[in-house]
Amino acid sequence: MCVSMLSVVFAITQGSVNLSPYAVWQALLGQGSGLNQTLVLELRLPRVMAAFATGGLLAVAGALMQILLRNPLADPYVLGISGGASVAALAAILLGISGVLMSGMAFLGAVLSTLLVFGLSARLGNTATMRLLLTGVVIAAGWGALITLMLALAPPHKIPGMLYWLMGDLSYASTPWLAWLVLVPTCLILMPLGRSLNVLARGPLQAAALGVNVKSLERFVFLLASLLTAIAVTTAGSVGFVGLVIPHMLRMVLGNDQRLILPASALAGGCLVTLADTLARTVIAPEQLPVGVITALLGVPTFLYLLQRGRL
Amino acid sequence: MTKLKLTQLLAAIPNKSAQPTHALSLTFQAGQMWGILGPNGVGKTTLLHTLAALKAPALGTIELNDQPITELHRLKLAQQIGIMFQEHQDGFPASVLETVLLGRFPHLSPWEMESEQDLALAYSALERLDLAEFAQRALNSLSGGERQRAALAALMAQTPDVWLVDEPTNHLDLHYQVAVMGLLAEQASMEKVVVMSLHDVNVAAQWCSHVLLLYPDRPPIWGKAASLLTQQNLEPLYRQKLAMTELNGKPLFVPIA
Repeated sequence: MCVSMLSVVFAITQGSVNLSPYAVWQALLGQGSGLNQTLVLELRLPRVMAAFATGGLLAVAGALMQILLRNPLADPYVLGISGGASVAALAAILLGISGVLMSGMAFLGAVLSTLLVFGLSARLGNTATMRLLLTGVVIAAGWGALITLMLALAPPHKIPGMLYWLMGDLSYASTPWLAWLVLVPTCLILMPLGRSLNVLARGPLQAAALGVNVKSLERFVFLLASLLTAIAVTTAGSVGFVGLVIPHMLRMVLGNDQRLILPASALAGGCLVTLADTLARTVIAPEQLPVGVITALLGVPTFLYLLQRGRL
Repeated sequence: MTKLKLTQLLAAIPNKSAQPTHALSLTFQAGQMWGILGPNGVGKTTLLHTLAALKAPALGTIELNDQPITELHRLKLAQQIGIMFQEHQDGFPASVLETVLLGRFPHLSPWEMESEQDLALAYSALERLDLAEFAQRALNSLSGGERQRAALAALMAQTPDVWLVDEPTNHLDLHYQVAVMGLLAEQASMEKVVVMSLHDVNVAAQWCSHVLLLYPDRPPIWGKAASLLTQQNLEPLYRQKLAMTELNGKPLFVPIA
């Protein structure tokens, strides 16, 4: 079991090297001139690192949400976390705030939304995940309305920036280290929790009967998934699709052992967003596409293919 | 010797006010096979959930070997008390073997992987319930009776001292009804406590050493099956006229339309 897990992890890491932006890696390894080195180390590397971490965070958050809600349609955004972040970020854009301050506002928005959902549905447990889901979905709808309102009222020259943020954009991602600082310990924390999560995936009553403290585990998973999402959204805007689809793809290929799925999600999610961001930067260079569009365009056919072939 | 002692216990049944005169004070002893009988909605399942510490009682205490179960760590409790639910929740897709291996969960520390021994226990449980060839099948591709047996195999892999089983014969054909009751009787003979809810009074009459009769409108009674399973006690229990005959020295009840 342990060996197979390691080998899967190893295989995916290899895949990520093959898949990831060829040019960037070549530049990284074969650099001579000082100017190019600065370009790679200070511009490209942080961006690639940010892309990878964002994808990893979103995929892990999605996998956690699906277990928590025992709903295959759940993704990191289903409970309105990205909505809160988006409203805050768009407000920042409207107010002319940018850079780190905007990221900070997005993060606060995400945290606010999380606390709101959590506060309104605090009694987790047997039937209460349905309550959590409904509360989250309704609050997400509320944020959605606010976003539309802001877009409708925004001055025209700000709209492209706002839309790019909404679709996910890594060009402002200057600080990937925060995301990594969260992603790596999270994967480590989740390793020993994997089996508890396996049991939780079978339903809260069954989990309790087997000795899991369901209430505190559910709380922990919810808050952790929210934190991961908040960091991801802060880093790169709301990149869609990764959190929903990566865990499913991995389940189709690897089965449903969370000890495998969660770390594999981090790697596969990272790969997908890294690849997507590379395409987003290069396809119509020097113009850039929103990375969220690419993740969806890459993900939809792959997912449908696996679904047709696979065992979902 | 394992024992589960109930003192003035009243399960919290939704939408019903607790009546102190209906409280239970009895001890389930190792080696005994208890059947809980009563009409629909009287609280058989709720009582089993309460015994498994999944639900707080309205009144009273439960002690496992003289220790209140509320003071035991949940994981420690799951090593000793196992429950099979009547309704099998559909979580994410999983294979039969994975499901049965989950029974080992309380016995493993967070960093531990399932050992050879855990696998062996899971396989022997599967074999005991004629499910060995289903090990790699998806749980949701099984029939109702096969799922019931898989759930029992998971409970068997959990190796608890107290077996709480909610309607063990549900969905089972006659052959497996006998096989499963035989398995539970075997556990009782191995000094386990076996407590099950049953809707079929004849199954209780044939297999149980003790019964607990839960009446909707009067205090419950409990004791040896042979002395309590009478027309006089059962007719008001089910509010149904019954005819009684005997087969191999055990009573057999038939409802009269």
